[in-house]
This record gives sequence, structure tokens and C-alpha cells, in this order.
Amino acid sequence: MSEVVKKFMYLNRKAPYGTIYAWEALEVVLIGAAFDQDVSVMFLDDGVFQLTKGQDTKAIGMKNFSPTFRTLGDYEVKKIYVDRASLEARGLTEDDLVEIAWEDFETEEEIENIVEVVDSARVSELMNESDAIFSF
Amino acid sequence: MSILHTINKSPFERNALESCLKFASDGSAVLLFEDGVYAALQGTAVEPHVSGALGRLKVYVLGPDLQARGFSAERIIEGISVVDYAGFVDLAAENGKVQAWL
Repeated sequence: MSEVVKKFMYLNRKAPYGTIYAWEALEVVLIGAAFDQDVSVMFLDDGVFQLTKGQDTKAIGMKNFSPTFRTLGDYEVKKIYVDRASLEARGLTEDDLVEIAWEDFETEEEIENIVEVVDSARVSELMNESDAIFSF
Repeated sequence: MSILHTINKSPFERNALESCLKFASDGSAVLLFEDGVYAALQGTAVEPHVSGALGRLKVYVLGPDLQARGFSAERIIEGISVVDYAGFVDLAAENGKVQAWL
């Protein structure tokens, strides 16, 4: 455990599969999880498409990395945010998104779904509160 | 000679869709694939532009790219046809030219 815990935000603004950004971001989040920092993951603009349910990439011959999002809770990522305006502009609702559960294995505290849809003012506030923002 | 226009960029991130709809002449075919498939979804901010073009353009969307992104044909704007890879090839063959809006 490092002495200084910083607030890291991973900012995702790209749709999955069309570019490598979404997959790279997920890799970095998983690597970063090993450093015991205070991590949050923000989905904004086309990044909200990363969380859609029912992704099936068999026919395009690419790895389907969407199931990995559901494991983020196991990597001590407890805060996942989605910008409401970005969802609305894309004809999506919270029901279109995967649910990500979180559990503390020591205290057995459980949260059924850590994906939180927030308004733009809150997005801005969360960015300001972060010590470092990693953009993808 | 007819043109098949292809769009593989998200309409929310780039202006490929906008420019294509502006310059594609009546009767042309437009195929949405890769991140371009998001333009085919119902209820989005760009739906009015796409719907408005359906009367004069034939619009297609690539099924495998939709499926990869978690969307079924039910989420598509009425009047857009879903095609598979063979359908993509047919469209390219039927039209004299292919113009890619990268």
C-alpha cells in the first residue's frame, strides 16, 4: 500500500471497437487497480456506448471486452459514472447499460450496481475533485 | 453512374454523416458500418437528419457491426435496411463507385 492515495479518474469518450481507445483504457484501469489508489471511471460522449448490454462481436472477429467491465468491482473500482446528457443524445437509457456489482471481501459489504448516471454539473465537479485524469 | 457512400465514423464525434448527407445525390445508397452504425439508432440527436434523408437516399446498416455494439434490428430507424457482409459486397458491385467518408 502506497502512503499517498490519489484520486485517479479514467475518462472514456470513445465508442468501442471502431478504435482501440476503449480497450486500452480498460487495460490501464486494470493495471492501475494494482496500485491501491482511489479510482473512478467516467463515461462521457461516445464512451457511454462502451457499457451497452448484449455486445456480441463474433461476426466482426474482434475480442468482446464488454464482460470485463462487469469484473471492475472485483478490482476495487467502486465508482463508475455515466453522463446523462451523453446517454440521452444517443437514444439510450440506464436500462441499456450493463450493471457492475461491487463487494468488499473482508467486510462482505455489497453494492448491486456501482454504475451511476450523473448530470453534467456532477461530471464537472468530479473532474475538479480528481488529482489526475487519464483520457481515452 | 450510381454511388455507394460508406460511413464508418460515429455521427456524434465526426461530421462524416453530415457531409455525406449534404453531398450524396438523390437515389444514392449509403451504408453505415463500424462506428457509423450509431447513426441508424432510433431516438438519437441525429435521427431527424437520417430520417429526413430516407426519402431520397437508400440507407443500409451492417448487421455484424450493430450486433457487436449490442443493438438489434429493432433499435433501428424504420426505413433503414440491415445487411450482412454479402449484402455489403452486393451493394459495392451494384453501384458503379464507392465513396468512403472516412
